[in-house]
Amino acid sequence: MRKYLAFFRLRFSMGLQYRAAALAGMSTQLVWGIMEILMFRAFYRADASAFPMSLEATSAYVWLQQAFLAFHAAMFMENEIFESISNGNIVYELCRPVNIYNMWFSRNLAKRVSSAALRCMPILLIAVFLPAPYGLMPPVSFPVFLLFLFSLLLWILVTVSFCMLIYMASFFTISHAGIRMAAFCAVDFFSGAVIPLPFFPDRIRQIFELLPFAAMQNVPLRIYSGDLSGSAMWQALFLQCFWFLIMAGTGRAINAIAMKKVTVQGG
Amino acid sequence: MITLTHVCKTYKVSKRDAGFSSALKALFHREYERISALDDVSFTISDGEMVGYIGPNGAGKSSTIKILSGILVPDAGTCLVNGLIPWKNRIEHVKNIGVVFGQRTQLWWDVPILDSFELLKEIYQISTPLYRQNLEQLTEMLDLSALLKTPARQLSLGQRMRCELAGSLLHSPKILFLDEPTIGLDAVSKLAVRDFILKLNAEKKTTVILTTHDMQDIEALTSRIILIGKGQILLDGHIHQIKEGFDSTEEGLASFYKSHHI
Repeated sequence: MRKYLAFFRLRFSMGLQYRAAALAGMSTQLVWGIMEILMFRAFYRADASAFPMSLEATSAYVWLQQAFLAFHAAMFMENEIFESISNGNIVYELCRPVNIYNMWFSRNLAKRVSSAALRCMPILLIAVFLPAPYGLMPPVSFPVFLLFLFSLLLWILVTVSFCMLIYMASFFTISHAGIRMAAFCAVDFFSGAVIPLPFFPDRIRQIFELLPFAAMQNVPLRIYSGDLSGSAMWQALFLQCFWFLIMAGTGRAINAIAMKKVTVQGG
Repeated sequence: MITLTHVCKTYKVSKRDAGFSSALKALFHREYERISALDDVSFTISDGEMVGYIGPNGAGKSSTIKILSGILVPDAGTCLVNGLIPWKNRIEHVKNIGVVFGQRTQLWWDVPILDSFELLKEIYQISTPLYRQNLEQLTEMLDLSALLKTPARQLSLGQRMRCELAGSLLHSPKILFLDEPTIGLDAVSKLAVRDFILKLNAEKKTTVILTTHDMQDIEALTSRIILIGKGQILLDGHIHQIKEGFDSTEEGLASFYKSHHI
């Protein structure tokens, strides 16, 4: 366990040193958030009752999504890992007494947590001071806030275990670009990154909510504003745990197969 | 103690003719050829020995090193390194070996060398006193004190290679595999690396297996060489056997290759 903590620590401290990237990302996310809310505002003005979430809840959803962008964004995969698989540097990692899956898992987790840690505070702070209903509303209640934090943790675990499946797949293909592209279009669309899942037509939404993608941002961001509560919330939390365990289990199984048949080419 | 008996390994290599039409054909039907990288390879290396493992490009050197370090599974034959089968007990096995690949890096690019070393300390679960002692010793032997706080990306190749060597030895491995450790280094760095390997072998009795194309490396370091060509062991003996009757080892080696049609 300590080994993997050490990977986490090193990757985390490495992530903290990219200040310019964090600053650029932060301003992009702020502007993006404002634009998205302006768009929703126009829609709500036409007919607020036609929407499944209040504008206040939608704004909170957008701001949290922007603050924790690093928890789901495609660009936050570790390029070094893909490179080490395609250029063979992975031989060094295979020469170490570590489990490849656990090591990469902790590295990815650290990368996402470190970039979120750098970016989320300023965005959240600004969003809190924006006038209602455009800002980030306070949490509905303290217990709900705790559930939100728990679900946030599950969000990143689900995302990382999903990404691990993509790393694992790249053991078996020459190029990883295709899988990566397809996977991230799917994540953006099905997880509610483009528009929140409640905005989809009911019958489609019911199916979407069972998919692993819905176990990502959809759950914590809706718990925060109180949009998701009661039995529906418990079901969503259960699905988050379920998908995390399924994907992590599958990933580890593929890892075990890859370790047996992986060939590092070239001298 | 390292024993390799009757080890074979073949690779599947995809082949097609050049041109658009054959690329199109390959979409539906792929053709493969089996290439034998190792063909009945056997040798024994005892503890504390220093062995040069040489042969032309594509002879099977890297494949052997990969099998010995547990990365590659051979098709046939057995291999025991200090009583363990490398690929079966990978994690147990790699605790006792150190590996340096001259053409690759194990150091984290963007952080100071010391951070990479601290990570290695955790990975190998090196106790703090042993880590301190090894680090101190390696810093002195390889003259690292000025480099440890610099990120790997800002070091020259020679400086980085010295750090790579230190990184591979922090956990006091019993066996060290060096895969072209002096490739691309200038004269001064080469000498420093050679001196260090000699000292390491003399003082710590580390078994060293060295692959290289640099005959001066071999002459400076090892008395025993294992020469491999086309996947088979052609010579297991002393470097003099190659050099005899020639001006330089290089010439002797070239004529040896020629006489074996490789």
